[in-house]
Amino acid sequence: MTGPDPAGAHDVLGPLAAEAGSGPYFGAFGGRFVPEALIEALDELDTEYSKAKADPEFEAALVRLHRTYTGRPSILTEVPRFARHCGDVRVVLKREDLNHTGSHKINNVLGQALLTKRLGKSRVIAETGAGQHGVATATAAALFDLECVIYMGEEDTRRQALNVARMRLLGAEVVPVTTGSRTLKDAINEALRDWVTNVRTTNYVFGTVGGPHPFPAMVRDLQRIIGVEARQQVQDLTGRLPDVVAACVGGGSNAIGIFHAFLDDPDVRLVGLEAGGDGIGTGRHAATIGGGAPGVLHGARSFLLQDEDGQTVESHSISAGLDYPGVGPEHSWLSTIGRAEYRAITDAEAMEAFRLLCRTEGIIPAIESSHALAGAMQLGRELAGRSGDQPVVLVNLSGRGDKDVETAARWFSLLEEPS
Amino acid sequence: MSVARTGPRIDQLRAEGRAALVGYLPVGFPDVAGSVAAARRMVAEGVDVVELGLPYSDPVMDGAVIQKAVEHALAGGVRVSDTLRAVEAVAAVGAPVLVMTYWNPVVRYGVERFARDLAAAGGAGLITPDLIPDEAGDWLEASDAHDLDRVFLVAPSSTPERLAFTADATRGFVYAASTMGVTGTRATVGSDAERLVTDTRAAGAERVCVGLGVRDGQQAEEVARFADGVIVGSALVRELVEADTAAAGLDGLARVTADLAEGVRRAVKESA
Repeated sequence: MTGPDPAGAHDVLGPLAAEAGSGPYFGAFGGRFVPEALIEALDELDTEYSKAKADPEFEAALVRLHRTYTGRPSILTEVPRFARHCGDVRVVLKREDLNHTGSHKINNVLGQALLTKRLGKSRVIAETGAGQHGVATATAAALFDLECVIYMGEEDTRRQALNVARMRLLGAEVVPVTTGSRTLKDAINEALRDWVTNVRTTNYVFGTVGGPHPFPAMVRDLQRIIGVEARQQVQDLTGRLPDVVAACVGGGSNAIGIFHAFLDDPDVRLVGLEAGGDGIGTGRHAATIGGGAPGVLHGARSFLLQDEDGQTVESHSISAGLDYPGVGPEHSWLSTIGRAEYRAITDAEAMEAFRLLCRTEGIIPAIESSHALAGAMQLGRELAGRSGDQPVVLVNLSGRGDKDVETAARWFSLLEEPS
Repeated sequence: MSVARTGPRIDQLRAEGRAALVGYLPVGFPDVAGSVAAARRMVAEGVDVVELGLPYSDPVMDGAVIQKAVEHALAGGVRVSDTLRAVEAVAAVGAPVLVMTYWNPVVRYGVERFARDLAAAGGAGLITPDLIPDEAGDWLEASDAHDLDRVFLVAPSSTPERLAFTADATRGFVYAASTMGVTGTRATVGSDAERLVTDTRAAGAERVCVGLGVRDGQQAEEVARFADGVIVGSALVRELVEADTAAAGLDGLARVTADLAEGVRRAVKESA
């Protein structure tokens, strides 16, 4: 076989990727800040995952699923008409939106569903914000015949009603969470409470590169395939590595997934785009690294949005999938050591990029991914006019925008007002 | 005034032939002064060790009753400094006062600074539901420096190695979570509880108190037969949360506390 290695297991890790390692710590970040009741389950998961990583059958099963079910490798699309709005650099999109279930989330859940089977557990739980991870988990649960309960903030069930219906069609129970801010962070709290109670039968399929060890390293490993494929595909297309890799960051799984294969390419800038909401200055945003401080939330030490008493502050974003006051610990580490940079994109900037991609390329992106597109517009303009080869910006188009049509229609006033 | 510590208090009660009653209330419900009054009332009705909850936005180990009280406290503007003031006011009546806190507020305040201010307020130490000893390096140091108790939790799922590790890191008592789950009253306290206490003692713990699910004197009596202390939270908080008036809440709290206190006194300890 030629082309990128689908599982990413055979490429050699450079020094920085090796240092990122398999947790539990990423520099001063990460760890396991959870009740003792969960430690046995986390140890068990860690051990089983280590065994699975070394087991060629696990890798073969995942590769097979990705080829015949996910639709991997996902393609690369160059978008020249969109690129005209990005200072005329070359812009290429990694099309995770074309995966089964419509986002990168499936990469992670198929791996964790295989692990659930190996652990001999019969029930999975998950949190979801936009509903993408919930849909992906419900999909994997249907495929693997697992009982499935999805926790979703009540506020998000309203914003993403279609995804709630999708999960129910797939046989999952969706539990609206009515505590706290009724969004993703509270859904995680409720999922953790479920897990503490039912840990003997239940595996928690965590959706992002956050939470207690081993989730940040494990989810990253399962998402790493995005960058492994893209790194080869960009070189095949352009003859060289990209100048910039841009991805949106909520918890950060699609970003870490595409960044990781480039960690040891020092000339490739890695840029994470956080949700700036109404602007960091307004306090209404979800830019955790840009506007937060280190602390402990949901099992890991990382940056988070908090007040001076360490109470979690509610985040705000037009994008439910980025509306989270925490971020994966590896991102905090990459930011601290300067290997990746993080910027905030406002709701308005993201929606402008959303509109442009629809109109110029016929692709409706997720609003989450539109933050990365808006980042490409900024970065492209900054790079334009640089001497030498035309700069190349690689954007992770992490999801498709079908679920966001109603939000977008309201934003752009496309619906008939009821009289 | 010398600060009352939990270890000597539990030992003293053991010498008297009974287990300690440990009562939990969150600071700030219905307000800070109200929670102080409630905690003092608990002591008057027979609680031996007070556990004051520091309100936190993401209490993953707590069930619905305590979540509701804590949300109310935070909505009312309760601050970390209020907890320290409440500790001082409750410790003044002579019972050891532990603070039950999720870890981030302490991290944000500064672990060493929090330890210093807690000790200065007359607090006995901390119960840390989402901090395992593995991650507690700076807290082990700060609690040594300020001679504070550090109560870590064990669960029915804890391995013998972890029981030993946790017992070794603990000062005061080990908090044995009776069942797998979050706080809240249950019809029965898990049969796991007695085995967990036995195993935790075998792993080297000097004192083991049992929490999660205890709601009345009968259950308290049952647990007091095999544990060094009975920890009650939600059953007490519920009285305050569900009462129509603050006075009625205090009366309900007093009634439940008295029932629990009788329960631990009825239990005859084998060692006595």
